[in-house]
Amino acid sequence: MFRLKAALLLVCLSAPVMAWAVDDPSEMLPDPKQERQAEAIGAQLRCLVCQNESIEDSSAGLARDLRKVVREHVARGESSQQVIDWMVARYGNFIRLSPPVTIATLLLWGMPVLALLIGIVSAIMIFHRRTAMPTPLTEAEQARLRELADDR
Amino acid sequence: MSNEQTSPDGQSAVTRRRLLLGVPLLGGAGICGVAFWKMLSGMQTGSFNPHDINAPATGRPVPDFTLPDQTPGTGFATADLKALTRPVLINFFASWCIPCIAEMEALLALQKQLPIWGVAYKDKPENAAGLLKHAGNPYTRIGSDREGRVAIDWGVSGVPESFLIAPGGMIVWHSAAGLDSPEVRDGLKNALKAVSG
Amino acid sequence: MSPELGRFALALACVFALAQAILPVMGARKRDRRLMALAPGLALGQLIALVASFLCLVNAAITNDFSVANILENSSVTKPLLYKITGVWGNHEGSILLWALILGICGAAVAAFGRNLPSALRARVIGVLGGVAAGFELFCLTTSDPFDRVWPAPLDGQGMNPLLQDPGLAFHPPILYTGYVGFAVPFAFAIAALMEGRVDAAWGRWVRPWAVAAWCFLTCGIALGSWWSYYVLGWGGYWFWDPVENASLIPWLSGTALMHSAIVVEKREALKIWTVLLAIGTFSFSLSGTFLVRSGILNSVHAFAQDPARGIFILALLGLVIGGSLALFAWRAPSLTAGGLFAPVSREGSLVLNNILLCSICAVVLTGTMYPPFMSLLFGRTISVGKPFFDAATIPLAIPLFIFMGFGPMLPWKRAQLWPVLKRLWVAALATLAAFAVTVIGLSGVLPILCATMAVWIIGSSLTDIAGRLALFRVSLAQSLQRAKSLPRSAFGAALAHIGVGVSVLGLAVMSQAQHRIVEVHVGQKEELAGYEWTLTDVRTVPGPNYMAMVATIEIRHNGHLVTVMHPSKRSFNAQNQTTTEVSIHTNGLSDLYGVIGDKHGPESNPTYVLRLHYNPLAPWMWFGALIMAMGGALSLSDRRMRVGAPRRAPVPDVVAAE
Repeated sequence: MFRLKAALLLVCLSAPVMAWAVDDPSEMLPDPKQERQAEAIGAQLRCLVCQNESIEDSSAGLARDLRKVVREHVARGESSQQVIDWMVARYGNFIRLSPPVTIATLLLWGMPVLALLIGIVSAIMIFHRRTAMPTPLTEAEQARLRELADDR
Repeated sequence: MSNEQTSPDGQSAVTRRRLLLGVPLLGGAGICGVAFWKMLSGMQTGSFNPHDINAPATGRPVPDFTLPDQTPGTGFATADLKALTRPVLINFFASWCIPCIAEMEALLALQKQLPIWGVAYKDKPENAAGLLKHAGNPYTRIGSDREGRVAIDWGVSGVPESFLIAPGGMIVWHSAAGLDSPEVRDGLKNALKAVSG
Repeated sequence: MSPELGRFALALACVFALAQAILPVMGARKRDRRLMALAPGLALGQLIALVASFLCLVNAAITNDFSVANILENSSVTKPLLYKITGVWGNHEGSILLWALILGICGAAVAAFGRNLPSALRARVIGVLGGVAAGFELFCLTTSDPFDRVWPAPLDGQGMNPLLQDPGLAFHPPILYTGYVGFAVPFAFAIAALMEGRVDAAWGRWVRPWAVAAWCFLTCGIALGSWWSYYVLGWGGYWFWDPVENASLIPWLSGTALMHSAIVVEKREALKIWTVLLAIGTFSFSLSGTFLVRSGILNSVHAFAQDPARGIFILALLGLVIGGSLALFAWRAPSLTAGGLFAPVSREGSLVLNNILLCSICAVVLTGTMYPPFMSLLFGRTISVGKPFFDAATIPLAIPLFIFMGFGPMLPWKRAQLWPVLKRLWVAALATLAAFAVTVIGLSGVLPILCATMAVWIIGSSLTDIAGRLALFRVSLAQSLQRAKSLPRSAFGAALAHIGVGVSVLGLAVMSQAQHRIVEVHVGQKEELAGYEWTLTDVRTVPGPNYMAMVATIEIRHNGHLVTVMHPSKRSFNAQNQTTTEVSIHTNGLSDLYGVIGDKHGPESNPTYVLRLHYNPLAPWMWFGALIMAMGGALSLSDRRMRVGAPRRAPVPDVVAAE
């Protein structure tokens, strides 16, 4: 398994140089609106061979096949969601570059808000504590204060 | 130094803050460390592979397809799989795929236990035939998927990939790794046992 | 200069590093001046040994010593000399040696520039750096030995991926690593401060230049890597949200936060605990990035030597460095005294907000990068997190950051009022409104419009800030010039860096409107893209030293005027059985015309060629902005007050340890 994947990764690294995404103009749909839809769907789907690239960016053979499938479905008038569902049914959520919102991905999707909230709440708390409780005088300072008071 | 509070009150505040800072930080780092260690050791034993796609292949009927002949075998279609009365292994292969060639020996041995049907994935017919002539032919029937479109319906992301089909045409087991690995063969054996009763 | 000598030098460096990690720190603890005084010498010794070791490897590469496994696997006789040298760090073993070398340089630099540091602090900083270096050198010696021999030695090596034989990529790793490793110095300062139990304004002053320097390198390294993928990979992309790229972006984000929070420590003695944590965090992220990329845990397009066994060593090292420093932090940080008070609306307040937003973005990128393997480990489910997620999750956090970037630097310290500052920004605000109107018409998509508008806001307000400080247009030009001379350079540096951010963001936003076409044409055929007329006039075959090239000639006209003639080509390397495309880019500073030639189809008598044509508006600005940012950082560094060692920790006695 590792050997296979290693070989595939090698293909990916050199792939961009061998050819690139949509390297065959005949792949593109004649209707520009549909082609745009197909490109938008493709940008959401991950190439299964070259990790982390969308099928629109990838030059792997499988990505090309998947692009064709996407365009066939779009040409049939399917909605973007239908095409993505079709892909997920075959390859699982792995193929989606933005994962669906589920309980398991809640932390992921909630992170922007959560991080911001933690930051703001802790800042407010620190501000509050600082202003509510001025730092107690150190012994040296207290001694100096007594000294000053005695001087009077 | 002014930084260490000496009063008992200050001391307890420092201790509390130590806990407040230490527990989440060290806890988080510790959890990450253990998780990474598990991942790494899993990668060494093969139980964890971050590159796995985990396509949801099992537990559903075979997709609709028709595969033309690929000599020396005859092609097959969905109906053929649904009409089966005993389990069969579907194996996607290609002559240009080195791991597939590495897998052939294991397939030849396995062929004595259960029928294996091959799908030549994106392969020229003469090259596929050449491979089988050279390495031996483990397949009862062979279909040709030159465009690689049937493979997409099966959720295949690369060759070799194997599917165990129960009588009636249900996919009960799937591996995206070659059968030359003993772990994969064990998995298949267990699945076969479950199907056979 | 034999490989064995190299290994010996490396072992020697390791011994020096271990001594450097133990003796000066012991000296600082016992207040033994003699032990503390050993630190600079040991750091220098380590550096010399590392340089010797590195030179041995370079020598083996230049002299084609294929009995060294590392050279055999990555070099060949025909490889150009430049790539023989840069190929030394183009692989796992060599790059770890480079890491160690840069760490050695950092240690020696602290020894050299840190003469004015209190001796205990300096001893501890150098000691911590030595400890980290020792870890890397041990790693190098045990699991990734670059000097391993093979027997019998073959006559020629296996060569290097032609894709990597590129000047951009050759210098990307050293610059990037200098950025990563540079953050080891703020880290060492943080650990030393925790050991001492003391963080004050002087500490902030000492740390900041190191953080700024590391940040400059990291910025350049990231930009260079992104530029490389833009002009080499040939599909017009520049950032893929790939884990390897994220591994550099995460420390960049936290490092940016660190740079800013260190200002607050320096000026107001506030945010001390937080700054120490950021210093620890930034270097931890640099280290973990390396670990994750090399262990093979993260899926990445960038193939690197991946080996779980190495991963376990690095994991242990990480556990020691990160776990140890966090434990020390948790133990010592709460006893640090709270610093100066400030109102929420103030320069400090704006910097706190800057930190919250930067760290939130950092957390999002980190979570997105780490989620797939964790999901797979915990739930056995696979998911992918890619560009659509990162775009949607980070840009909404970046936009408020851009807004605050505008007026934050103009707020006075301690307590400020918003309105007077905003009033001064009316010109910038008008420009922003105008930009908004223009972008609404010119750009499509909500986020690009908002980002482009914000970019104008950042640039406009940074210029206003500088103009205000110079009292430009209010006093005579000569007086303004006088003011410019007395104004600290770091003020210019900060404004320049902010302008760089604006330029980059503008480039990114407008680049989202890039257009491309893929066409299949005969020679002589015209195609239209973005108002330009592209004509393929010629395709010929040209032999290269170790490849055959198919070179196209494309004439590009605009309204009938010839704009440029470009020659994209496609090279077939027979030895590696590989082809590479040489992109041709014509830039006028405002946009790139980008041409790639692809496959040849049809009969030999009348073939057609696939062309990929791109129009990339403002593409150069993305990297130009990064360069401006780094220049801003460099300008700040040249400020006399920032210069290392200049400030003294005056009011308190030299060596005071709270142990």
